[in-house]
Amino acid sequence: MSTATETVKKEPSEALFSKKRLKLITDPLNDSNPVTVQVLGICSALAITVQLKPSVIMFVGVFFVVVMGNLVVSLLRNVIPNRVRIIAQLVIVAGLVSIVDMTLKAVQYDISKQLSVFVGLIITNCIVMGRLEAFAMGNKPWPSILDGVGNAVGYGVILVIVAFFRELFGSGKLYGFQVIPQSFYEMGYVNNGFMMMPPMALVIVGIIIWVQRARNQKLIEAQE
Amino acid sequence: MENLLSIFVKSIFVDNMIFAYFLGMCSYLAVSKKVTTAVGLGAAVIFVLGITVPINYLLENFILKEGALSWLGAEYATVDLSFLGFIMFIAVIAAMVQLVEMIVEKFSPSLYSSLGIFLPLIAVNCSILGGALFMQSRAYENIGEATVFGLGSGVGWFLAIVAIAAIREKIRYSNVPAPLRGLGITFILTGLMGVAFLSFAGIKL
Repeated sequence: MSTATETVKKEPSEALFSKKRLKLITDPLNDSNPVTVQVLGICSALAITVQLKPSVIMFVGVFFVVVMGNLVVSLLRNVIPNRVRIIAQLVIVAGLVSIVDMTLKAVQYDISKQLSVFVGLIITNCIVMGRLEAFAMGNKPWPSILDGVGNAVGYGVILVIVAFFRELFGSGKLYGFQVIPQSFYEMGYVNNGFMMMPPMALVIVGIIIWVQRARNQKLIEAQE
Repeated sequence: MENLLSIFVKSIFVDNMIFAYFLGMCSYLAVSKKVTTAVGLGAAVIFVLGITVPINYLLENFILKEGALSWLGAEYATVDLSFLGFIMFIAVIAAMVQLVEMIVEKFSPSLYSSLGIFLPLIAVNCSILGGALFMQSRAYENIGEATVFGLGSGVGWFLAIVAIAAIREKIRYSNVPAPLRGLGITFILTGLMGVAFLSFAGIKL
């Protein structure tokens, strides 16, 4: 971390959070959201959005891996030979993911069981590789960290939205707490078990994309 | 033999990589605009899964697992290297993809020109690493089962991407609402196909 702040101190011309740099964080939240616009990282994301808690933990894991991966690759960007860069990046990411996996097993064993193989699959999460390849290989450490933060948060927002709807309608709970009052069930309200099924995650993301593009017309794809 | 058949059918339909676990979605969405390219990528995935799953199976059972090193001698019987799992699996996959690419280029230039551009993409396809990790967590009994599981998962992925590519070719003639065009409708279609695949759940051979 100290190296990153030092690099920035050496260039007094640009503020720590200048407009250009803030844009690195805000852009991925809407205009270039990694999930709904760039279509990255859906692989390991959707299967764990049945409840809010594992989604939040998954977001923390991805946040750590993206930010640290961006920092490490950015520091090493002049040392990594171009031809073996994919393998080098994969090994760095795999190391970071092993740290996340072991920490999770030690601190939150139940959640780690629930996430099963999907923690390991952060390695091939396209967001991580995509950011390393597209940004960290060509930029200084501090902007790379900001870029990592922006993209991880953009990913986390979608995860949390999907998990919110699936948990609310699927089991009537939020973050494990009952939200739909018991009187509703007595009146005949039934949980929609279909929301717990994997396909509904895809449909919800499809609807999020629909809403986002209806509000943000420039994202609409041209007719083929 | 029956057991192998059951694993094969189960990994194609019930535990389909895309519809049940969303693995390999990135390339599934990006390369499914045309049926011909989808067939190429799907074939490459079957190929790579069929090779890497058995290799990772050997790695897991003779090097990484607790007590797996006992073939070296009694003093190694308590060594547990499973914390190296992720790094070893991904290194094997990246190396195998590179190797397969070189071999195919050397011996079958026509196959190479049709698969060529997709092979490097596959190293970061979640379904390959997912195959290795599922193989680990489901603890298959021998290398035959692991190979059949790898091939079956590949075939399931192949079917899924070819089906969605065919639908996307046809949907060009339909009047899809503008904000839903392209990506949005593909997500919803995949969701609907997933619902259809749910009906395979519970099949036992």
